This record gives sequence, C-alpha cells and structure tokens, in this order.
Amino acid sequence: MRDGTKASRKDRQSAPQGGEYVIRKKTLGERLARDFRQNGTLYLLLIPAVLVVAIFSYVPMYGIIIAFQNFKPSTGFWNSEWVCMANFTRFFSSHQFGTILKNTLSISIYSLVAGYPMPIILALLLNQIRHEKYKKVLQTITYMPHFISTVVIAGMIVVFLNPNTGLYAQIAHLFGVAKPVDPLGQPKLFSSIYVLSGVWQHTGWDSIIYLAALSGIDVTLYEAATVDGANRWDKIRYIDIPGMAPTMIILLIMNAGGIMNVGFEKVFLLQNNLNLSASEIISTYVYKMGLIHQQYSFSAAVGLFNTVINFILLITVNTISRHVSETSLW
Amino acid sequence: MKQTHSLSEKLGLFALYFVSVVILIGAAYPIYFVVIASFSDPNALANGKVWFFPQEIFLDGYKKIFEYEPLWTGYRNTIIYTIIGTLVSLCVTIPAAYAMSRRDMMLRNGITIFFTIPMFFGGGMIPTYILMKNLNLIDNPLVLIIPGCFSVYNMIIARTFLQSNIPEALWDAARIDGCGNIRFFFTMVLPLSKAILAVIGLYVAVGIWNSYFDALLYIQSKEYRPLQIALRDILIANSMSMRTGASGQTTGMMQQRLRDLLKYCSIVVSTIPIMCVYPFLQKYFAKGVMIGSIKG
Repeated sequence: MRDGTKASRKDRQSAPQGGEYVIRKKTLGERLARDFRQNGTLYLLLIPAVLVVAIFSYVPMYGIIIAFQNFKPSTGFWNSEWVCMANFTRFFSSHQFGTILKNTLSISIYSLVAGYPMPIILALLLNQIRHEKYKKVLQTITYMPHFISTVVIAGMIVVFLNPNTGLYAQIAHLFGVAKPVDPLGQPKLFSSIYVLSGVWQHTGWDSIIYLAALSGIDVTLYEAATVDGANRWDKIRYIDIPGMAPTMIILLIMNAGGIMNVGFEKVFLLQNNLNLSASEIISTYVYKMGLIHQQYSFSAAVGLFNTVINFILLITVNTISRHVSETSLW
Repeated sequence: MKQTHSLSEKLGLFALYFVSVVILIGAAYPIYFVVIASFSDPNALANGKVWFFPQEIFLDGYKKIFEYEPLWTGYRNTIIYTIIGTLVSLCVTIPAAYAMSRRDMMLRNGITIFFTIPMFFGGGMIPTYILMKNLNLIDNPLVLIIPGCFSVYNMIIARTFLQSNIPEALWDAARIDGCGNIRFFFTMVLPLSKAILAVIGLYVAVGIWNSYFDALLYIQSKEYRPLQIALRDILIANSMSMRTGASGQTTGMMQQRLRDLLKYCSIVVSTIPIMCVYPFLQKYFAKGVMIGSIKG
C-alpha cells in the first residue's frame, strides 16, 4: 500500500521535468528502476513460478552436454570425458536406428492423419444438432473417455483384445471365428490399436476447441445464406469450415511440430515382446537405454536428436503456414 | 421456409441423428461394458453371454479387490498427492498468471519468452532424471508434486482469463486509493477469479490423478506408489491372481477369466469416481479449453 502512494507521488514530481518541450526518453536503467519501484511486488508473485521453471526446465537443458560426453555419475559433469558426436554416430549406425525411426514416424503420422480430422467432423456434426438436451448428452459422453488415465486405457485394450476371453474374442465368436489371433502379438496391428484407441479417447475432447470457433461465427451469415437458398451442406461448406480454418491451421502446426513426440506412456504400456519390432519408438528406447541399462550419455544423445528434429519440424511447418495462409504461431 | 422441409433435408436430418447415435454408442459402450463385466460371472462373460446387462451377478471380484492392499495404498497416496499438488500448483500458477496479465510490467515480454522456450525445447528424460537424483528427489513423494506444479499452458489460460476479466481501470482506481499490488491481488483479483481457479484446479487434479510416468521413473518404495502404478501392476503386469473353489485348484483358463474379472473391477473402482463427478464439472473443463483457444 505504502509503495503505491510513494510511486505515484514521485511520478507527479518528475513529470514536469521530463515533460518540457521534447520528452526525453528515459534510459533503460531509469525505466527499470521505476518499474521495480512501482511493480516490485508483482515480481514477487512471479518468483515461485520462475524458480520452478528455472530449476526443472532450464537446468536439465544444461544437462544436454552429457550427450557429447561419456558421462559417468561417479565423475560428474565436469570431469567426464568428451567424445564429441560419438554417441550420435553410434545411434545412427546401430541396427535399431532404422526400425525405431520408422516406428516413431509411422505411428505419429498415422495418428495425425486419422486423429486430426475426427474432432473437426464431430464438431460440425454437433453444431448441426438443434436439440439442446441431446447435444449436451452427446458432448458429455464423447468427452468422457478423455478423463480415463493412460494406464486404464492400456488395461482396457489389453483385456478387451485378449484372444481367449476378451470382448474382441466374443465378437469374433459371433462371426464364427473359433480361434482369433492375438492383436497385441501382431506387430502390423500395433499402430492401428494405438491410433484408433487414441481416436476413441480424444476425439470428443478435441472437438471443444472447434465448437468454440463455430460458436463465434456471426449468426447473420447463416441468415443471409438461408435467404440465398443455401442448404445445410452449403452452410457447412461455405460458412462453418472457413470459420474454423484459423483454428484448424494452428492445431495442424502444433500437431505437426509434435510429430516425433509419440506419447511414451501408452506405447510403453502396450509393448510386449511379440510386438516390439513395431512398438519400439524413440522415447521407449531412451527410457530403456538410459534408465534400465544406465547408458546416460547415449540415451541423452538419442533424446536430443528427437528434440532437435521436433524443433526443426515445428519451425518448418510454422514458416510454410505463415507464407501460405498468414496464420502462424508467432 | 419451404426448403427446410424438402425430402433431401429430411434425409440429411435422419442421417445426422443416425450417425450421432452411432457415435454415442461407440463412445459409451466400452466404458459401459467394463462396468457390467465387473458385476458378471466370469464364466458367463467368457461364454459370450454378457452384452447389455450383467449376467449372474458375481461380486467376488470386488471382494478380492477390496482386500488388495496395494490398490488402496495407491488410492490413499493419490488422494494426498492430488490435494496437495493441486493446492501447490494453484499457489504458484495464479499469482504468476496475474503478474503476467499486467501490461504495465516492464519485463513481461522477457519473462514470457523465458516461460515459452521450455514448451518447445527441453533437456529430456535423462538429464531430468540426473537432476532429480542430485536434488535428492528420487523416491521422495515431493517429486510428484513440486516439479510439475507449474504448467506454462495453465498459466497462459489463467492469464488470458485475468486479462479479460480484471479491467485495467480497476487497478488504476485501487492504486490511486493507495492499494498495493499484493493487497489488490488478494482482495480484488482472487475473489473475481473463482471460475479460473476451478478450471485450473480441475485440470491439475485430473493430471495428477492420472499420472503414472513420474512415479514410474522416480518412485521405488511401495508405500509411496500412486494409484496408477498399482493399477498398472494389476492391468498390465498381471500381478494379481485369484483362486476359487474349496480345493484351491483352478485351471489356467479359469485363472485367466478371474484375472480379467479383477481387471474390470479395478478399472471400475479407480475410474468411476472421476466419471461420476465429471459431468457436474464439465462446464468448467470446457471453459478452460475455450479460454485457452483465444490467442493471448
């Protein structure tokens, strides 16, 4: 309270001096000093957040240097031997490199292609429903799977797809298949299981953002379209979709930027020895090499490779989008 | 309007409701099936008799689940982590969001950049693990609360909300009356931001309730394990088995059926509380997405 009054009194005193004919621009130091006098307590509110980010997000970035070392916990950051790119070349030349990269990319591109349009379609559909109560029920039910934890989702997949006792087996029996194959034991089915369960879980929730965009569209556009004789399809085609376009582009950029970030948790939980050839992805590999086999430097290098590719992808997609559609993240 | 009653329009309406009912059933049935399966006799289940209603009500699965200690230890831990974690997170996020919402703060842009970089670039799993080790956070329950207590994404949502709901004139008026930042925050901003407190609190609470990766990496002791780790043991690692019958002898097939039953029961026990509370809180969750979608 006290510093507020003091600051405003000082302002009044300094104003005539600074405000002669030419307003002298205050130096950075002066402006900062004034800002701290006036808003110093605001910075106090920021301290916990800044500390948490500095310690838990920035300090590990410094740890990236171990990717270029032969790091041993006993010798520490400072005394570990420098090996330049050896960890990277070892990864690129390992026989698993091709498989892991292929698995990571195929799972995530499949996710993007199958998962990206679904919320848009659902939002368009929900937007057409005029019966408010029914719409509400539909929304509540389709959002629900989003709140199920990854562990439970993976557990549901495992128990449903059990070839002897699961729901999948029952359905197969209905169609006269006595001994269905085990889908989780089939490498070629792994990405479909991963992606389709993801579509089931997240489509509803992801549609909210598009519904928000649709609700922001001017009602008079629809009225004008009706007068001009447009039908339901025309309105979707010429009003709804263009109205959602900026949101669609932003989300596409974000998704494309995260293409190398296949969710670790679900893949890890669904992995077994039979499907490993299709389910080993970069993050599970980092986990195994680093924390199970204790090869800190090697797995930090693999992780860094992943981060760098992601970063490049994000920047590329954002740049393309800025040129093509004038919508971009920054 | 005559066109609205044309045949094609009617067909379109029919298709709309048909497709939406299919979606409704597709979204709900897996959850519904887990519930009815958990109450059914495992043999009826395996023989394909359970489709729409539980058959031959069988509660031994639940009996066994209620006796299974690790699940309840996990439950207790998760409740504690969720409550404390959510409170800590709100105490860190909301003040920061308010400070960031003030346009007159000079270092605002610099701090925004500081917060944004980690959203796109990070040290990765191994350096983070080493950091936790050096901070003595391995196998310490605090590791599930402190490192994740500030999410930049949540801060941006809260900042956007505060920017549009706390008019700058309010602060100007308060300042002229001699009110400082801290007092303004506690007496004006907090009471006006109950909605955003609910939104962020719910996001964080669900996140902690469902999180399993951090515990997998950093927690070893059984007594600190959260619910999701206990669930993983039951659902994925098949660690729990059950014997029935006086002889205690069960065939492999029967074992598998009972194991499945226990899985259904544990899913219900761990997930249904959230499913039941959620419809009442849905508007807050959805609100968060809406606020977040406005570019701040």
